[in-house]
Amino acid sequence: MSEYLIEARNLVRTFGTRKARVTAVDDVSFGIREGEVVCLVGESGCGKTTTGKMITSLLKPTTGQVLYQGRPVWRPDGRKADDFKTYRLGVQIIHQDPYASLNPSHTIYKILSTPLLHHKLVASPAEAMTRVVELLNTVGLGPVEDFLTKYPHQLSGGQRQRVSVARALTVNPRCIVADEAVSMVDVSIRVGLLNILSDLKRTLGVTYLFITHDLAVAKFFAWEGRIAVMYVGSIVEFASTPQLINNALHPYSKALLAAVPEADPELTRHKQRLQLRSQDIPSLLALPSGCRFHPRCPFFEPGLCDVQRPELTLLEDNHYVACHVAARQAGVAGA
Amino acid sequence: METVTTLGPTSPPLSVRDLWVEYRAERGLVKAVRGVSFDLASEESLALIGESGCGKTTLGVALIRLLVKTARIRQGEVIYRRDGRAVDVLGLNPRELRRFRWRECAMVFQSALNAFNPVLRIWDQIHDTAQAHGMVSRDEVRRRAMQLLEQVQLDPRRVIDAYSHELSGGMRQRVLLAMSLLLNPQVLILDEPTTALDILTQRTIIDLLRRLKADVGFSMIFISHDLSTAAELADRVATMYAGTIVEIGPVNDIFYRPAHPYTLGLIRAVPTVTGEFEELRSIPGAPPDLIDPPEGCKFHPRCPYATPQCRTEEPVLQPYYGETHAVACFNVARVQQDTGDLGARFSQSLGDSIL
Repeated sequence: MSEYLIEARNLVRTFGTRKARVTAVDDVSFGIREGEVVCLVGESGCGKTTTGKMITSLLKPTTGQVLYQGRPVWRPDGRKADDFKTYRLGVQIIHQDPYASLNPSHTIYKILSTPLLHHKLVASPAEAMTRVVELLNTVGLGPVEDFLTKYPHQLSGGQRQRVSVARALTVNPRCIVADEAVSMVDVSIRVGLLNILSDLKRTLGVTYLFITHDLAVAKFFAWEGRIAVMYVGSIVEFASTPQLINNALHPYSKALLAAVPEADPELTRHKQRLQLRSQDIPSLLALPSGCRFHPRCPFFEPGLCDVQRPELTLLEDNHYVACHVAARQAGVAGA
Repeated sequence: METVTTLGPTSPPLSVRDLWVEYRAERGLVKAVRGVSFDLASEESLALIGESGCGKTTLGVALIRLLVKTARIRQGEVIYRRDGRAVDVLGLNPRELRRFRWRECAMVFQSALNAFNPVLRIWDQIHDTAQAHGMVSRDEVRRRAMQLLEQVQLDPRRVIDAYSHELSGGMRQRVLLAMSLLLNPQVLILDEPTTALDILTQRTIIDLLRRLKADVGFSMIFISHDLSTAAELADRVATMYAGTIVEIGPVNDIFYRPAHPYTLGLIRAVPTVTGEFEELRSIPGAPPDLIDPPEGCKFHPRCPYATPQCRTEEPVLQPYYGETHAVACFNVARVQQDTGDLGARFSQSLGDSIL
């Protein structure tokens, strides 16, 4: 058995036509242990959603491999592995936009019962009803009778997102990829939804790949897990959540942490900023040489950072960083 | 313009009194803004915070009377003052209203992408606006436009002849800001100015707004569901719930000494990045239906402090702490007992500037 429930190995995904190709995800590798939470954090366009889609095989990697329980999901000829269905049932996704991810012409009962009946997880429609009621209770949608015959448009954003969570749970997945699952939900309801997801971790042992642009949410949800920071297609830092929040080593992670506005007036107005050399995110069509962050990095060293691309290197316990300067400061050579 | 009174130079540029706005809907009247009153001081920055559907945007739009046809201002006053003269915005005729908008009070709308005409260059849109408001000299408009674009840290030559789709989200937001300042308004209303922007872009806009406000000296109302933007930019914060202001006060009072259970609930629901793990609590339930709102305090069905009185009687805004902090709640004393930990956070964040 592999150490990881699910693993990304050298994932690469390119998009485009013959004229212009962009590499949205460029050699991303990580593993998630059973019951663990891993957060992918980064700004729009950094490839976090594309990575999430490859983990759930909604997108096929251009090269690289996804492993579920140590077994590859794709065969060398590019076709699905024989036990693809086990994987498919084992890894589910919750999409960002609850207004777009539920079929508007199906009732909540139909949305939740279809996967149950399709995969023959229940023996009869009556049993399907019992299970749907159970699922709605799990995600805190009650009284259940009020919801069964409703359509998505009759629900609020928060309620819809709970239905999405319930739908992901229909097939008893062992891993859920949550792609900005709480971003479109109002602050007052956000914590409730996060707590439901956390409860599933405790009661059902669900493993999470949690994708978000919001560092505060990542910190709250994955305090006992790990955070990977992505920048233009690659992971630049990967560490346990407290380490990353309190002792980030990559200049990009530092810049993000310093820039986040905080819901605390004195704290946010007195926080030290990290001045970047440029505000522009590089175009995927014209990526900078060497380290991709070098045109913006305040610690840029000419002749090193713009020439040689730093690799993700272990600098401290469980703390990986892709930065020449950070590696030297940590006394690790040859990064 | 019709002059109502003559006032001293210190009187606030904007005073809203008992403003009510309703929307006609099939099921009945949506009471989106219910009796809102506040003053906006000169060069002050006021944040309106609250969940979606609490009436923040309706209130902002009502101040410049840009409401949709199905909406109606049932009653109230919006008094605008400049140079010792005062007018009721709600009484302006269409010609006066045109002068008032943009020249006196400009609004930057949510979603910078949709605020531009996609088939016009930025320059044409700026020029159109200037012409419509009586700036006839093309050269002068061009000079002013270049200067403003520079002020928002854009490269004017690159931006002015571009189409909106050629600009990034942060650049568009900055162009909008520049355009809103074109006619030197005294009051700026910003609807979710940093929503949907990335962290580093958000930081640029926040810093820019702070600097512009200091340099140009306008007053600003900004609408945000995001408490952290309010914590960054506001001098005062007003919490809205079910169409009315339930608490208003200086930013530090609101964050460290909230007196309304809803404000307290919002603050406890938002994590901070800096520091150790903290427990968060969500506010149970959902905002009320504004067509058929509950009796009494509109927050009582979700409120842990609710008493029988709250179910029948709606509290009004009353001074709470000094003259500047007001709250609409019967149970302030009990809420106050529970805000001690926020005060501790205050002293802690003053003690060490982290990172």
